[in-house]
Amino acid sequence: MTTRTDYIRPLDFKQGRVDMNHGAGGRASLQLIEELFARAFDNPALREGNDGAVLDVPPGHRLVMATDGHVISPLFFPGGDIGCLSVHGTVNDVAMMGATPTALSASFILEEGFPLADLKRIVESMAAAAREAGVPIVTGDTKVVEQGHGDGVFISTTGLGLLPAGRNIGGANARPGDVVLVSGTLGDHGVAVLSQRESLAFDSEVVSDTAALHTLVAALLAAVPEGAVRTLRDPTRGGLATTLNEIARQSGVGMMLDEALLPIQPQVDAACELLGLDVLYLANEGKLIAIVAPEVADTALATLRAHPLGAKAARIGTVQEDPHHFVQMRTRFGGQRVVDWLSGEPLPRIC
Amino acid sequence: MCLALPSRVVERLPDDQALVDLGGVRKTVSIALTPEAQVGDYVIVHVGHAIGLLDPEEAERTLALFAELEASQAEASQPTGAAT
Amino acid sequence: MKYVDEFRDGALAQQIGARIRAEAQPGRDYRFMEFCGGHTHAIARYGVAELLPPHLRMIHGPGCPVCVLPIGRIDQAIGLALERGAIVCTYGDTMRVPASPWRAGPLPNARDPLGGPDAQRQVRGLQDSGLSMMKAKARGADIRMVYSAADALKIARQHPEREVVFFAIGFETTTPPTALVVKQAAQEGLKNFSVLCCHVLTPGAIAHILDAPEAQQWGDAVALDGFVGPAHVSIVIGSAPYEAFARDYRKPVVIAGFEPLDVMQAILMLVRQVNEGRAEVENEFTRAVSREGNHAAQAVVAEVLELRESFEWRGLGEVAYSALRLKPAYAAFDAEKRFGLNYRPVADHKQCECGAILRGVKRPTDCKLFGTVCTPDNPMGSCMVSSEGACAAHYAYGRFRDMAPPRSLPVAAPRGGSGSGPAEPDPRQSPELGTCGACSAPNQIPT
Repeated sequence: MTTRTDYIRPLDFKQGRVDMNHGAGGRASLQLIEELFARAFDNPALREGNDGAVLDVPPGHRLVMATDGHVISPLFFPGGDIGCLSVHGTVNDVAMMGATPTALSASFILEEGFPLADLKRIVESMAAAAREAGVPIVTGDTKVVEQGHGDGVFISTTGLGLLPAGRNIGGANARPGDVVLVSGTLGDHGVAVLSQRESLAFDSEVVSDTAALHTLVAALLAAVPEGAVRTLRDPTRGGLATTLNEIARQSGVGMMLDEALLPIQPQVDAACELLGLDVLYLANEGKLIAIVAPEVADTALATLRAHPLGAKAARIGTVQEDPHHFVQMRTRFGGQRVVDWLSGEPLPRIC
Repeated sequence: MCLALPSRVVERLPDDQALVDLGGVRKTVSIALTPEAQVGDYVIVHVGHAIGLLDPEEAERTLALFAELEASQAEASQPTGAAT
Repeated sequence: MKYVDEFRDGALAQQIGARIRAEAQPGRDYRFMEFCGGHTHAIARYGVAELLPPHLRMIHGPGCPVCVLPIGRIDQAIGLALERGAIVCTYGDTMRVPASPWRAGPLPNARDPLGGPDAQRQVRGLQDSGLSMMKAKARGADIRMVYSAADALKIARQHPEREVVFFAIGFETTTPPTALVVKQAAQEGLKNFSVLCCHVLTPGAIAHILDAPEAQQWGDAVALDGFVGPAHVSIVIGSAPYEAFARDYRKPVVIAGFEPLDVMQAILMLVRQVNEGRAEVENEFTRAVSREGNHAAQAVVAEVLELRESFEWRGLGEVAYSALRLKPAYAAFDAEKRFGLNYRPVADHKQCECGAILRGVKRPTDCKLFGTVCTPDNPMGSCMVSSEGACAAHYAYGRFRDMAPPRSLPVAAPRGGSGSGPAEPDPRQSPELGTCGACSAPNQIPT
């Protein structure tokens, strides 16, 4: 009698597809985790192989936690994919609190039939984004839903970060007289994604701005006194307009923007004209809004511009008193108008 | 309104189609309604169709009219009847 | 963008504004209607009104094809998707237009399929909210957004087993592409493609505004001194169709492009016509509009479509000879015939003032619903439906003008009281102040 060694056929990352077994918790699940997720995300906490990760919290710090669900069509777009987007989005949410992101979790909902090749591409993109950001994915989960019950892949990521005692950055801190800064050009992600929609299909050189902004935040916070940065926020869904309206409401103030100062790429402008969309409502994935005290505005702007992710940063407006909490804009034309909340989903228009 | 924009014809394609450029963004549109459109022409694009040609000379003429106005404005003294 | 950016120059706008203020005679009022939503949008978005003198008022006409689409037509499109199982293709603009509440109830031919109290309860629950294309989609209707009529045809080719209906809306600008796809579907012998034709015509509607019996009821209030004529519509139909109108009604018409400088130049040309007692058709948009228009586009429309005797416009009611339908030769592609649809008009909210606002008799803020129950997120009337509607443009861009400017002193003086110095005007009541973002009252903006 001979002893046969266990042989498990490796996953076929060329032709293979996700099936229900991959989510059932048995051997197939383990194999997917070992051959794909553990290999790609590899770090000490994950290597322990436990259901959770143990993390240290240095004294004098508080924990910040943020979570994000990612659904996007198409999954791959110029400049990125759902994988790196899910890392950047959560790292940024933690960073916007003024915290240093330290760890991420990732939860995958896969649709039966999803090509393993695409999944591998997404997971590797995620791993690369996490490594580049220096924020490890320390725990995760995978579930599979039947065909027709998902859109290929949904990813939920949760991030933890360390916030030094005494730091208070938030949407309610903006005061009249403060200066509104934005770290770069607006609408790039929104246009990059729209250009890939089958029904719209246009060609441009615009790529998504998806990026982790925590080093930019760190540079900004290091350059100005504690308390001078009132609010940080990344204008993702709903765009600049909606994010500023949120802050105006939270802080009980109004804002006045200057249209001529908004950094917008010409091709993004053109695509918006073509589709009848307003760039102020398009999503950004690698930009932040900083509301800062007037006396540090110049330093803050120079610091943002000195960082590769903030090279096109601009001062775009000021916070003002306003009982109605309007965000308004002086138009390039010399007029004035309200910049309202987004109403519904921005749909391409013909008229 | 009917959203329509002047775009430059980059290339004529089979089946009454053409590739047009608008500020660096390129899109394939139908030129069935403007069969006379040639490469280099500016067409006005609405719902994926070129609905008319733009006349560059007339555009210059309109702009010149604005410029004239500017010149006459500079000469004129303070405008009367202006809103306060 | 060439031929776009040059026409948005703020410094030039100031110059044209100064010229308008210099030439507009102080002793008289100027009331001009811009027919097109495109002009309304440009005026609101760029703040053009602030460059105009106080006695020159812009009134927003019914020129937004989404706004004037009556509820009954949206109901038809939704019905085709929900009750007939058709794939309905539509431009993104119509997705949020409110439809009838009753449509959310049980299907007429499948009433109470389950029977029993559960079905009853379900029906009652659903009746509370009105549908829209977007909400119908959430209820399982196969509604697809397209960017071009040609995309609808593509979908029909991809799904030979399904009925595919293109919900065709728009003015003369958008009509030729629809006619083209119908022609092409006929050539290909497609058996599953049809068009719900809701294309409307502009010259008839402009005349209707001055003609309608309702106009009598408002008397002089509806008096208009001239029209800023359609831009892109005129590329297709030319400037000639407005000549009879200008002559018969003795109203000047200046056709203008949709960029803000175009609008301002047209206003200046209108002021000059009024001052000189002329009523002619002038063309500011010569770079795209000729007297004759686009022959190729007119030919394909004439081949496929014909005039309807009458068509309902939201906010205006039935307007004679103001819309198109498919010719009998193309009946197989006419969704109304193919599915035996009957048009059922649906009334707007009773307190909705859209009819009066579209004629310039009232302003958005005169309407009780404005900004309260009627907002862009929950539009009740046509003027709030699309961002080009008079109410939506004012709500989205100009409503800061309705509010008293923030001030440091507490406002204690009773409003309108006597003997307490100049009273704080209430913008919702004063006829001179607090109006539509796009239409007037530039003098109240703190400068």
